Amino acid sequence: MVGEGRISIWFFIGAILLIYGVIIFAAGIYELINPAFGAGVKLHELHSSFWWGILLIIIGLVYTIKFKPGKV
Amino acid sequence: MISQIIPCLTWLLAAGTSLVSLSWIDSLIIAIYFLFVLGIGYYLLKFTKTGDDFFLAGRKMTAWIAGLSFVAANLGSLELMGWAASAYQYGILATHWYWIGAIPAMLFLAIIMMPFYYISKTHSVPGYLKLRFGESASMLSAVTFGFMTVLMSGINMYAMALVMKVVLGWDINFSIWVSSLTVMVYVVLGGLLSAIFNEVLQFMLIWLGALLVPILGLIEAGGWGGMVAKIHHNFPGGDYTHLWSTLGTFKDNPMGINWVGIVFGLGAIISFGYWTTDFLVVQRLLSAKDIRSAKMAPIIGAGFKMMVPFIVILPGLLGLALIPGLVSEQQAVATGAQSYNEVLPLMLARYLSPGLLGLGITALIAGFMSGMAGNVSAFATVWTYDIYRPLHVKAKGNEGEDAHYVKIGRWTTILGVIVSIGTAYLVQHFASIMDYVQALFSFFIAPLFGTVVLGMLWKRATAAGGFWGLLAGIVSSVSMYIIVKINPSMLKVFALSSDAKEMAADMYRALWSWLICVAVTVIVSYLTKPKTDAELNGLVRGCTVLPSEGDLPLVKRPIFWAGVILVIFIILNIIFW
Repeated sequence: MVGEGRISIWFFIGAILLIYGVIIFAAGIYELINPAFGAGVKLHELHSSFWWGILLIIIGLVYTIKFKPGKV
Repeated sequence: MISQIIPCLTWLLAAGTSLVSLSWIDSLIIAIYFLFVLGIGYYLLKFTKTGDDFFLAGRKMTAWIAGLSFVAANLGSLELMGWAASAYQYGILATHWYWIGAIPAMLFLAIIMMPFYYISKTHSVPGYLKLRFGESASMLSAVTFGFMTVLMSGINMYAMALVMKVVLGWDINFSIWVSSLTVMVYVVLGGLLSAIFNEVLQFMLIWLGALLVPILGLIEAGGWGGMVAKIHHNFPGGDYTHLWSTLGTFKDNPMGINWVGIVFGLGAIISFGYWTTDFLVVQRLLSAKDIRSAKMAPIIGAGFKMMVPFIVILPGLLGLALIPGLVSEQQAVATGAQSYNEVLPLMLARYLSPGLLGLGITALIAGFMSGMAGNVSAFATVWTYDIYRPLHVKAKGNEGEDAHYVKIGRWTTILGVIVSIGTAYLVQHFASIMDYVQALFSFFIAPLFGTVVLGMLWKRATAAGGFWGLLAGIVSSVSMYIIVKINPSMLKVFALSSDAKEMAADMYRALWSWLICVAVTVIVSYLTKPKTDAELNGLVRGCTVLPSEGDLPLVKRPIFWAGVILVIFIILNIIFW
């Protein structure tokens, strides 16, 4: 929704998902380098932080680009 | 909808050490969330000038935004935890509260009721009652709704603080003040617009924060088939994976309820009462930009509501398969074992490493804040328009300035949060209050649905009929509650079975109070003079020419998508029969 020059809610959602994606992806990379990090969780070998971080980055990028301020 | 909070709280009050510990990455993710919601509130301040902006978000929301906000306002974190625990306790039966207990009502709201709420240009549900039945029914509804909303908000706030204390070890005062003041700041700044923006954001975070648990759980359990096999192995003789086949009698299922209670009590009355007349959720739809969006919003909401069991019920079922041995709260308190009320945080801790855990906890916090923002924004609107304005007009003799009501709305938001905080501390010292407040809330839902639906669909209903029907329904509901409290054996009379349990009592009380409301409304209406058709234009079916949807293609028509959702709903019920 873009109304009266207002930034779309979807842009805000994209921005926060992008930030979260970068942080979680970075944590996932760190997990890959240091397997002991987060090793206490089940299915640690699937590296869910790494993949979930990528997913969040993709969703975040799609929303921030598609709904960037000034674009109607 | 809220009956699952109490068992959680009983356990929380007795719990000792925290379940999970957060890393600095998790804390960073939570801090970013708070900065974002406050930033959105501040940003939207300049767009919130008129009463329509503050109370109805300018009536400019798209169907998607109104629809997601509609579902998010209902999706509190305690609901997430409570229903995951219920799934562990009752199995897939808990899904009824998301499917038959929501979907038909949401579709009925969209297709049948929404046009009248929207065309009447009302600000609220009590506002509709004022137009349809006059001041008495409206004031009765507004005062009870306003009062109960802030009390419920306080109870949820305290419950959330307890969750944070047990799950994370956070101080109760810190949780109460930080979360409630954050909600207060962004709702005061941006009104409903800010609440809706944040609810949509929170909805996305709830999904993306909680979704990994069922995905990883299914991988560990070996898919749905593996999970069912493990449940059968862990609980031989118990049936936790069928929705309807155990509902033939009260004795065949752990809920102690039969299909009549589920279909007519939950599906036809409680669910319709909540989803079609609780202003907390209906307010989101009134913000839609046009009537088509207002009709599409609950249909979109229904689609997402139907998927919520994936992140709420499935973790509970996976708990049955993967972490058997969780016990009831009484046993947990007595033996020190872990309670099934912990199942959702346990599953979060089981799968989510640093970073992801922060996102999962953010989902819980977002759930709480979206529910609280819903409460305070609805309270501010009802108080300002349905309680304060009639009194102000009587005292001053004129309608007053729009800006005046916006100012009152902002102060009422602050007042609502302060009363909620006060209630939270009251509950901390007198926990039994929670039982009574939640019971009180349930007293009004079913009769109010009777009054509103008759008002919209039956032009012969009169102002006196509406008021006395609503009052009779509320009084009968309260009476049944007191009678069963004093003499529990009376439950078999109301529920028509000696095998009925507490869950059945709620369903049948709702059913009877609705029937009494409708009967009294009909009788009194036939004894009193109705309004003319012209006076009911825009308020009642049969007296109103509904706007045409023009030459819209089939795929853009709300009725088409309502049909699609209904078909999926039926198929899902058959699959999990």
